Parts: sequence; structure tokens; C-alpha cells
Amino acid sequence: MTYEYEVVVVGAGGAGLYAALEASKTARTAVISKLYPMRSHTGAAQGGISAALGNVEEDLPEWHAFDTVKGGDYLTDQSAALLLAEDAIRAVIDLEHRGLPFNRTAEGKIDQRRFGGHTRNFGEAAVMRSCFAADRTGHMILQTLYQQCIKNEVSFFDEFQVLDVIIEGRQCKGIVVIELSTGEIHVFKAAAVLFATGGFGRMFRITSNAYANTGDGPAVLARRGIPLEDMEFFQFHPTGIRQMGILITEGVRGEGGILRNSSGERFMERYTPTLLDLAPRDIVSRSIISEIREGRGIIGDGSVDDYVHLDATHLGKDVIEAKLPDIAEFCRTYQGIDPAEHMIPVMPTAHYAMGGIPTDMDGRVIADKNGNIYEGLYAAGECACVSVHGANRLGTNSLVDLVVFGRRAGIHMREYVEGAVIPVVGKDAGNEARHFIEGLRQRSRGIHGGYIRQEMESVMMEKVGIYRTGSQMQAAVDTLKDLREQYSEAAVQDTKNRFNTDLLEIIELRNLLDLAYITACSAHNREESRGAHYREDYPGRNDEGWLKHTLAWLEKDSVKINYKPVDISRWEPKPRVY
Amino acid sequence: MKVALKIERFNPKSDAKPHFQEYSVDVSENDRVLDLLIHVKRFQDGSLAFRKSCAHGVCGSDAMIINGIERLACKTLVKDVAQNENNSITVEPLKNLPIQRDLMVNQDEFFKRYKSVKPFLINDEKAPGRERIQSPEERKKFDDATKCILCAACFSACPVIREKNPLFLGPAQVVQASRFLDDSRDRGFEARIAVLDTPKGVWPCENHFKCTEVCPRGIKVTKLINLTKKKIKNYRERRGQ
Repeated sequence: MTYEYEVVVVGAGGAGLYAALEASKTARTAVISKLYPMRSHTGAAQGGISAALGNVEEDLPEWHAFDTVKGGDYLTDQSAALLLAEDAIRAVIDLEHRGLPFNRTAEGKIDQRRFGGHTRNFGEAAVMRSCFAADRTGHMILQTLYQQCIKNEVSFFDEFQVLDVIIEGRQCKGIVVIELSTGEIHVFKAAAVLFATGGFGRMFRITSNAYANTGDGPAVLARRGIPLEDMEFFQFHPTGIRQMGILITEGVRGEGGILRNSSGERFMERYTPTLLDLAPRDIVSRSIISEIREGRGIIGDGSVDDYVHLDATHLGKDVIEAKLPDIAEFCRTYQGIDPAEHMIPVMPTAHYAMGGIPTDMDGRVIADKNGNIYEGLYAAGECACVSVHGANRLGTNSLVDLVVFGRRAGIHMREYVEGAVIPVVGKDAGNEARHFIEGLRQRSRGIHGGYIRQEMESVMMEKVGIYRTGSQMQAAVDTLKDLREQYSEAAVQDTKNRFNTDLLEIIELRNLLDLAYITACSAHNREESRGAHYREDYPGRNDEGWLKHTLAWLEKDSVKINYKPVDISRWEPKPRVY
Repeated sequence: MKVALKIERFNPKSDAKPHFQEYSVDVSENDRVLDLLIHVKRFQDGSLAFRKSCAHGVCGSDAMIINGIERLACKTLVKDVAQNENNSITVEPLKNLPIQRDLMVNQDEFFKRYKSVKPFLINDEKAPGRERIQSPEERKKFDDATKCILCAACFSACPVIREKNPLFLGPAQVVQASRFLDDSRDRGFEARIAVLDTPKGVWPCENHFKCTEVCPRGIKVTKLINLTKKKIKNYRERRGQ
């Protein structure tokens, strides 16, 4: 079938829903999601959403912006960070008005708590900036936004998987999708298309990310010649449940939790004496790995299974039940322990992509280093790179990013489509996607995708992880090249049309493989250490050579790299100490 | 350990009726049942159909019946459900919703009824420049209901829907309504009563407590249904009905 809408939003997480709410005010809008409603990964965000409300102690948006820039190791675009911090206040109040059940202070205002890297007066001490709803803030945001979409009767296409984007020259004309329940391929013509497909942490073996986080948006665009920005910067969250990667919110440390090594030492005292356990995530993750490497992990053998302890036993049952109830439940379910009585075994887990589809501050997709844009093409949320997170995102800023830039993209699309017509799309628009799907279905013999996926996850974890070297990354690039070749011979075992989830997984695997390849190539190319990208062969930050954004184009079997300047209009880059 | 995983398979387009298929999977006792299903799908039988996403009990995708009880596959550990000397685990799709394929059920009706309770804040008063004020006590009143992830485990376990009144609104739906009825900022009581105070609304519930027993989020579902009934009764009394 062919559908026609003024605006099409791909993805029903926080950014997509907020954009849809704004766009649908005047434009005919459809939301395409590969999941059922409210299954999106925004719902898994725990700790909070930062805004300098100053409800608990003095705070300023300018401090929030500075922390975001410094947290991003000065790769953050500074005008964007200022906009983020200023608009965060309006966004949080707006969410409250729409019904979001924030925790409250004794006076009935929105309660706030400390979070990593968020400070008072340009780094003096940790500040209470994170607005929260227990430890399920993302769940509440997703629910609130979906509730508003019900109220405003937004149109949803649930369980439709995006396959391709229709672009002619610098003009986006629509998308091609496959419908899970029938296996049919459809074309959506639209004057404006927003990609809000979330992250792609599933390229790593240990990750906090949902199975759905396979980077469908960035991969589809990369295959159509759109560059991806700063893909080498992937955040490992310091505290995932050992071996499983399930997220234990930074809110635990925000409420006073402490990281300890095998001798019970609060080791962060040695790494970041001012912010201690509330240093930014890249630093804390590296500190944990250093402890493990030096034999001070709990097992002590420095193996990949080694871990450290997150101690929340001194917080007391009441604080844990009131402010961290889900964390307590995860600990009971998956580790059989009560965090009020036992320390939580944790290790870093692949968590968040700082890089993604390059956009301006209205979500418009950028085509090159000069900032030229694609007409009618937008991206927002984790799949996009504005860049407000630079080389390392601060905790809580992902939720701010969703609501600030999701909304701005929605408003811009609404205005843009007023003067635009629904594009004419050729009959052959969906043919490449159809050909690809038929090829997968008809191949009767071939390696099953499961094996390729397993190897990709391992090589990314071991060779493009927290500590990186040139030779390891070269090995990863070679393996990924090989896996992409193997993929061209992979077959689906399920040949049915209806609810073919085998086919979906193999579509997702192609997306992950392409993004893993771009990530490894971008990482191998950047010969310095900055934020989450740490190279043992280039251990220092090198502003002279590398204070620039990477733009990476996927060509058939290689990745072409170019660069884009960083906006440092407000604060001069300085060494990053906490 | 080796687990004998028995899964109900059914493709309504080609099968006359559901049948069980058994898979042998080598796993660790701390693995989730979801890990087993994924292992089967990736390395034994790609045609097995089920939904999944977050894999840690917060998105609501993988509710199914494991050893006869509604649970989330990602929140159920092998060691807690493997039975007998061959470590057998039986997995079936949710009940009270039509099977699409294997463990996938059609949740359209579930969401349609959810939407009918007007699950959004209703308040047309002019909002202040800052947040609306709400005390911690007022906020706590509806905390339990905010945990709902709409997984439909309660809807499947409800004996009223299964045996007596398939049109009963449903446990999760009442929970979602109560989340707003108990919110001091909400003004939509009467709009929601029009849906709840009907023969298909809140009244068919007979307090079997099955919803409360299976809720993977530990919500006191039956209690919230009874409190909602009480609110309606009080409202009627106030109006002299």
C-alpha cells in the first residue's frame, strides 16, 4: 500500500512522541513504531531529568550548560548545550502540567537529587538538579507522552519496521516499511520524516539496551549516503548488574551510594577527589576497569567476569523503598539480594550512543561539514547527534535531549509542511527494499544470523570497548568486514509472511553490523583520547589535532571520514579534572 | 544445566489447533526464561514467534504463561521454574486474547479498553507558570498504579473475563483509571465514571485476586479495583442516588 501523510515520525519513544504531539497540532501526522505502544526504551530510563529549577538548592541553567560541555570533554556544541539547559526548565514544567508524577519536596514542588557531573558554580561541588519520579522517570515520561497522544488522537502504526528512506538529491520524500502482521511492504509518502529510533547498544555483548535498540534509523540513512557524526563515542555506564548489563541507576550514587573494591576501599577518592562517585560516567567506568586490571576487583583475577561493589547499605530501607524501589526489585530478582543489606555486584555496561545522525538545533539532518541540510529530513533523540553530549553524555541529559529536541523538531516540521506538498514518489520507490526481503526469504540455505550476531557482539565488547588500541580496533574492523560479507549469505529459517520475527531480527542485524562497522572505523581513525573514547596508544586529549566532530560516510565496503567544526563560542576548552 | 523447554506452537493460518514442541537447551540456572527462548530462536528454530524488548521487566513485551502462571519471561529465572528431574519448563501464550502466532497474542482489544478509561490527566484550569503543587502524601496516594506496564498478565489471569463476562473492562484498565482518580491534580472523575460505573465497567470484578497474584510489578490490583468501587458508591451517595 501507499500511505500519504504530511509528517511521518519513525519511533515512539520520548523524542518521537513529543515531536508527534507538536506536529499533529496542525499537520496530518503518523507515528510508525516497530513495537507496541509504550514498549520503547525511553521507558527504561531510571534516574531523572535535569533542569536548573533550583527547588532544593541554588542552581542556574548556565551551570547546567557548562557541566554538559565539560562532561562532553569539550566536543559538545556550546550553543546547543545552552539551549538544552535553558529549555530544560520549560520542558520539565510542561511535563508536570501534562501529568507526569514527579516526586515532591515537603512544600509540594518537584523534588531534585544529585547526579554524576552536575555541579554548582562551574564545578565547585555536586548539585541537586535531577528531577525524578522514583527510579522510573523514563517510564513516567513515556506514559505521560503516550497518554497525551491518546488525548490528541495521534495516528499510530504499531509493529511497522522501517526498511528504507526515499531521498532524491537533498530532498526526503518518505519511507519504506514492512508490516509485521502481514509481511507486506508499504510506502509512506511524506513532506517531512523524523527518525527517532533510539540507540544501538545491542552491537555490544553486555548492554543495558533493549533488544529493540538496533539503530534502524541511522543505518537506513547511512546506506543512503547520509553521514553519521561522532560514532566513536559510545558510553559505558559504570553500574550494570554483573554479567547481565541491566542498568543500576546513577541515582543510587546520587542518593549517597559508594563504589568499593575488593578491600572495601572507596576507590573513587583516588581518581576524582572532588566529585568522588559522582564523576561523569566515562571516568567512573575507566576507574572500575583500572581497579579490576590491577587486581582489586572482587574476584581479583582481572578476568572479563570480574566486578566491583556498589554499596547502598548505609542508605537505609526507607530511602531505598521511596526513591529506588525498582533497583531494589532488580537486585532481588536477578541477584537474590536486598540492596539495603548487601552490596550490589556491578560492572560497566554499554549504554548510550553520543554519536548518530547529524542535526541542527531544529532536528534538520545535516549533509556535510558546511552544515547544508536535507529538506524534509529530521532526527531527534539518541539516534541523533546535535551535538549536546559531545564525547560523553552526563546522566539525565538523555531525557532532557528527547523532550527539548523532539519538541523542536516537531514544531519545525509542523511549520515546514505548511508550505510544502506531499512529494511525488516513483513506482519503483520500494523496489530495493522488496528485492532485499525477497532475497532473504528465498535463500534456502545459509548461515543463521544468530552466529553472526554473537561474533559481532563479542568483537565490539572486547576490541571497541572502554580501553582501546589501534591494533585491536584494526582487528575489529577486519572481523566486521568479514561478518558483513557472511551476512550477504545469511538465510532466514522462517519463510512465513505473518508475524515473521525471524525476518525482523535479520533486518535488525544488518543495521547493527553497518553501525558497528562505522563505529569501529571512526574509533580507529581518531588518534587521541577524549570522553568515552580512550586510546591506550594515544592517552591524552589533543585539541590541536582533534577538537572536531567526525563525519563518517558508509561506502560499499569502506568508511569515508571527514570533519565538522565544534562550536566553542562560550567556554575555552580546559583540562578536564573533577 | 539442560532444560526441557516445552513451548505451545500455533499458527492460526496453517494449524488446526495448538501443539507443544519440546526443545533441549543448555543454560545456567540464573538465566532468564527469555534467554532460553532467544537461544532457541537464534540457534535452533528461527520460526519460534514471541515478543521481547527491554529484557528486565519494565517494557511489558514478554508476558506469557510459564508453568501455568502469567509471568514476564525476562523476570523469571530458570532456577525458579525448572521442574522434575529433566528440568522441564512449559511456556504458553496469554489467555483471553487471540493468538497471532505461537507466544504472540493480539493486544488491540486490551489497548482499546485501556484507552476507554481516558488515561490522561484531565485539568482545564489555567496552569501556573511553575509546577502545580502536590504534597508528597498526595503523590504517594497513586504511586502503586503508576507502576503498571500494560503487559496484560492480569487480563489473561482474570477468571471473570475467561468464564463469565468477556466484556469486563479489565484489571489493568481499572488500575490505569485509578491512577488519575487518585491524582490531586486531576479533574476527570465524572468523565471516567461514565466508563467505570457500567455493567461492563468495574462491577463484574468478584475479588478472585488472580490479577494481584500475577502482577509482575507487584501492584495491589484488586485493592485498587475495590477502592474504585468505593469511590463510585460514595459519589452516588453524595448525589443521593
